[in-house]
Amino acid sequence: MKIIVCIKQVPDTKGGVKFNPDGTLNRAAMLTIMNPDDKAGLEAALRLKDQYGAEVTVITMGLPKAEEVLREALAMGADKGILVTDRVLGGADTWATSSTLAGAIRNLDYDLIITGRQAIDGDTAQVGPQISEHLNIPVISYAQKIEIDGDSVIVERQYDDRYHVVKAKMPCLITALAELNAPRYMTPGGIFDAFKADITVWGRANLVDVDDSNLGLKGSPTQIAKASDKVRKGTGEKVNLDADASVEYIVGKLKEKHVI
Amino acid sequence: MDFTLSKEHEMVRTLFKEFAQNEVKPLAQEVDETENFPRETVEKMAKLGFMGIPIPKEYGGQGCDILTYAMCVEELSKVCGTTGVIVSAHTSLCCDPILTFGTEEQKQKYLVPLAKGEKLGAFGLTEPGAGTDAQGQQTKAVLDGDEYVLNGSKIFITNGKEADVYVIFAITGVTTDAKGRSKKTISAFIVEKGTPGFTFGVKEKKMGIRGSSTYELIFQDCRIPKANLLGKDGEGFKIAMHTLDGGRIGIAAQALGLAEGALENTISYTKERKQFGKAIAAFQNTQFQIADMATKCQAAQYLVYAAARKKDEYQKDHKTVYSVEAAMAKLYAAEVAMEVTTKAVQLHGGYGYTREYDVERMMRDAKITEIYEGTSEVQRMVISAALLK
Repeated sequence: MKIIVCIKQVPDTKGGVKFNPDGTLNRAAMLTIMNPDDKAGLEAALRLKDQYGAEVTVITMGLPKAEEVLREALAMGADKGILVTDRVLGGADTWATSSTLAGAIRNLDYDLIITGRQAIDGDTAQVGPQISEHLNIPVISYAQKIEIDGDSVIVERQYDDRYHVVKAKMPCLITALAELNAPRYMTPGGIFDAFKADITVWGRANLVDVDDSNLGLKGSPTQIAKASDKVRKGTGEKVNLDADASVEYIVGKLKEKHVI
Repeated sequence: MDFTLSKEHEMVRTLFKEFAQNEVKPLAQEVDETENFPRETVEKMAKLGFMGIPIPKEYGGQGCDILTYAMCVEELSKVCGTTGVIVSAHTSLCCDPILTFGTEEQKQKYLVPLAKGEKLGAFGLTEPGAGTDAQGQQTKAVLDGDEYVLNGSKIFITNGKEADVYVIFAITGVTTDAKGRSKKTISAFIVEKGTPGFTFGVKEKKMGIRGSSTYELIFQDCRIPKANLLGKDGEGFKIAMHTLDGGRIGIAAQALGLAEGALENTISYTKERKQFGKAIAAFQNTQFQIADMATKCQAAQYLVYAAARKKDEYQKDHKTVYSVEAAMAKLYAAEVAMEVTTKAVQLHGGYGYTREYDVERMMRDAKITEIYEGTSEVQRMVISAALLK
């Protein structure tokens, strides 16, 4: 089985969000991480590899620096990394991004494409489904569980209060939720091997069946007027204690923070 | 001179940091309080290859350098000194001598499962009368046919009861030097847990690193195969000194981590804690203390990393000498750990004296780094001996 996982390097919002004077994100000034939903998608692919045997290729579009997330993916256990980078691809919105990624993926054999549900910097959840449209394959979004059944996948698709079990013939595309799994750690040796591995670098010339009018800033119907940071409530903390222990715990926390 | 870390080392630090935060930190207080060995954490580390970081891949390790190993111990120790020393004693004191002095058969039989973390290692040199004076050994090994018969005891053994494989030192003879003085011949042996005649004595009740399993090892007519002699007969002292040189880098990294962990906790605490209507970080005393603590941590880190780099050179050429660098790193990092953790408790005030706050544990954990694997006085002896010879 051949699996392609689309990943994105995103700003680590824990380190604070920084903007350029024109209101766009100053990516160079921010620490970066692998987008959490994408990492869950990669973990899902690696589990399928462990369970059924598969070749996992990770692909990302971005600045040359985005190579870092490919190395991280290799250190987790992915087999190949492809970086799609070119000046003409810069400033892409979701449409131009999905056109680019689909153009790159047309070079590859695959049974399954996994993307994250959405990236934490844009929060659109559009790129995965758009890739499936460009490639004319089925899409199952919001996967919380993935199984292989012969030449099909069976996926639990999450809703607010329920889930649907959906079956699709491969090749198809799945978008993964961060809640799908707890991604594995890299290994020390895996990291050093990952930096020795060759990363395939593709530019505009390597994209198949994509018109220039669908690429980069010029090919992006969406124009960003201004980006802003949202006030985060934080993830909070969940504990499972009985009533008495809960009271003791909460009072302890309040004392620790010097509230009482 | 380049002080910057490679991208690989930056990424591997991220890995150790994430693991320490997610898997080790939540248990640190409980491990200290209950004095329970963190077996589950060791199993998790084993799966990720943390128990064999500088061991070549052909022997089940990760094939990384000593610097990577030191960074692992450093990041673990930032949140839990116990977990740091478990990795350090296992790697530096058991895996390393088998890698350096073991036969191919010994490496296949013992090093491979140790490096994979399937087995845990320990090292037995110290005896009641033989601490800094390693020549004061009383444990004896007598060759009887194809077996050595071991009699004696070892104390303060890290990973004591939890380990599976032990590198043990014992007297195998007495020689006379040119001046007619008699000198004990010491040899090293690989001893497996469960060998008849090998039992455990008391568990030490310690001030710090309370989750690490520190035991007395007792050998009574313990017969071990002749094939388990590590190195040649009489090479024990050389093996012990070589091993401790490497071990000091591990302990220096542990001390560094404890200091850095205490500094991080202090920075966040002093920004939160309010007195006289403002955060105590706004007071110049706090600022100056933190500046001193951070400067010393940075200096300690450079010394530890330089020693690790030097041992990396040794790993390649088996000639480079790194004893002085290792001794300097351990001496300085241990004293910085004690000083920084003590200041951290002071800046936490009354709260810092309670077990609710990690700095209290860190200060207790730090003290041992000035004592084990060669006291600070021994490090000064090693450094000055090299300078004054």
